[in-house]
Amino acid sequence: MPFIEFLNVSKTFSRHKKRMLLRSHFQVLLQELHKDRFYALKDVSFKIRQGENVAIVGANGAGKTTLLSLTVGLAVPDHGRIAVSGKIVGLLELGSGFHPDLTGKENVFLNAALLGLSKKKCEDAFDRIVEFSEIGDFIDEPLRTYSNGMIMRLAFSVAVNVEPDFFVVDEVLAVGDQSFQEKCFEKIAELKSDGRSLICVSHSAGIVRQLCERALWLDHGELLVDGKTEDVLKMNEGHCVSRTKAST
Amino acid sequence: MWSGDYRFLISNLVMRDFKVRYRNMSLGVFWSLLNPLVMMGVLTFVFTQIFPNPSIKNFPLFALCGLIPFNFFAITWISATTSLVDNANLVKRVSVPRQAFPIAAVFSSCIHLCVQIALLLSLVITFGRGFNIYWLWLPAIWGLEVVFVCGLGLMFSAMNVYIRDMQYVVESCNMILFWLVPIFYFTVPERYYEIYQYNPITALVVALRDILLDGKAPPATLLYKLTFVSFAALTLGSAVFGRMKRGFYDHL
Repeated sequence: MPFIEFLNVSKTFSRHKKRMLLRSHFQVLLQELHKDRFYALKDVSFKIRQGENVAIVGANGAGKTTLLSLTVGLAVPDHGRIAVSGKIVGLLELGSGFHPDLTGKENVFLNAALLGLSKKKCEDAFDRIVEFSEIGDFIDEPLRTYSNGMIMRLAFSVAVNVEPDFFVVDEVLAVGDQSFQEKCFEKIAELKSDGRSLICVSHSAGIVRQLCERALWLDHGELLVDGKTEDVLKMNEGHCVSRTKAST
Repeated sequence: MWSGDYRFLISNLVMRDFKVRYRNMSLGVFWSLLNPLVMMGVLTFVFTQIFPNPSIKNFPLFALCGLIPFNFFAITWISATTSLVDNANLVKRVSVPRQAFPIAAVFSSCIHLCVQIALLLSLVITFGRGFNIYWLWLPAIWGLEVVFVCGLGLMFSAMNVYIRDMQYVVESCNMILFWLVPIFYFTVPERYYEIYQYNPITALVVALRDILLDGKAPPATLLYKLTFVSFAALTLGSAVFGRMKRGFYDHL
């Protein structure tokens, strides 16, 4: 049965950004520039089983996107282990991989190929993707003529049609209009009833409540609470209130 | 982790490069032909009028046999080298196999190469000695060249993520190679000849001239060396890429 498991996972990033230049590589060699690193994630462990919808909440810079990147396999942890079985598809950025000069149709194929769909499956799913996205005749127009909402709808439509075991989404659900958002929620509920999972980052308590029964609360790279959405959100809100009070 | 369709992915990336480049050009593929033809004209003028070299017959075709392999190599090497950095948003956001980017850059160049080879072959048929049985060697030696560039592309694209100066190193190497590859000269002194053969671009140029201009089979030692160096480059390139790709996310 598909699952995602993090075992004492830590991820650090180097603070100084100049390392891309040859000059700074020499500096490191010559004067042993001390490595200034910070923890984006610190000793995080959890397990997500198939069919669970999980939200990741926390303030900016808490390590939410890093956690998703590790889940999808983009980044490699410095310590700990990540065990994954099943197919994961990530939508970490609105329309990444879309090219403004290509038509909607060409972008659908490119994006589907990037997400791992085969040619045949993509051709089969194409009509469904266009229909779901409500793009209509615009599908043969270049993407630069699209509005943000249309790009988001197209990106989302491609990703859900890959039919992953785990669908990893970073704060992109909030873009579309009300009716499309509801359609997305319905689709996610449908995926869930097929035994597929959603893992999402969101700052909107409403979305989190509606979609996920479990939430992970990250704070400064550490996993503070892992529990039922309602409980975690309550604690999180309490924390925020006390922080605002403390600062005033 | 990524369990998709490799061929579909590469063909889509190649298609993207191709369409994006040509959608904004009224003359389209014609540009692929213009550059080698202009260079051929310039070299022909210099080496038949200013420094005439009577030992070379049919200088325009002679030069073109050098220019097309060299241009392909130079352009492909640089575009493969920058491919990961150019696609940084994808490398950081979508979990596709990273090898796809340099490989797709190489294959995009191959489209232009095919157009240029078609030009070369039609010129040979019209003005040169025409078809001969040794033409059957052509797919093999061009294929080896592509293998070689894939190897270099993998290696340098990975290094370019860590050290962004790498693309300038490649540009300088290309400048040097323009003079070290026998594009507009023919004879290499005996004592350098052995070493010259190890350069796959030189090997390709020499083999092309043997086949197309002289109508004879390329020497066996040359082909052995070409094969050896090409696959060595691919093996080394894949190994370097495999080691370095773990850090791409942190360095892009």
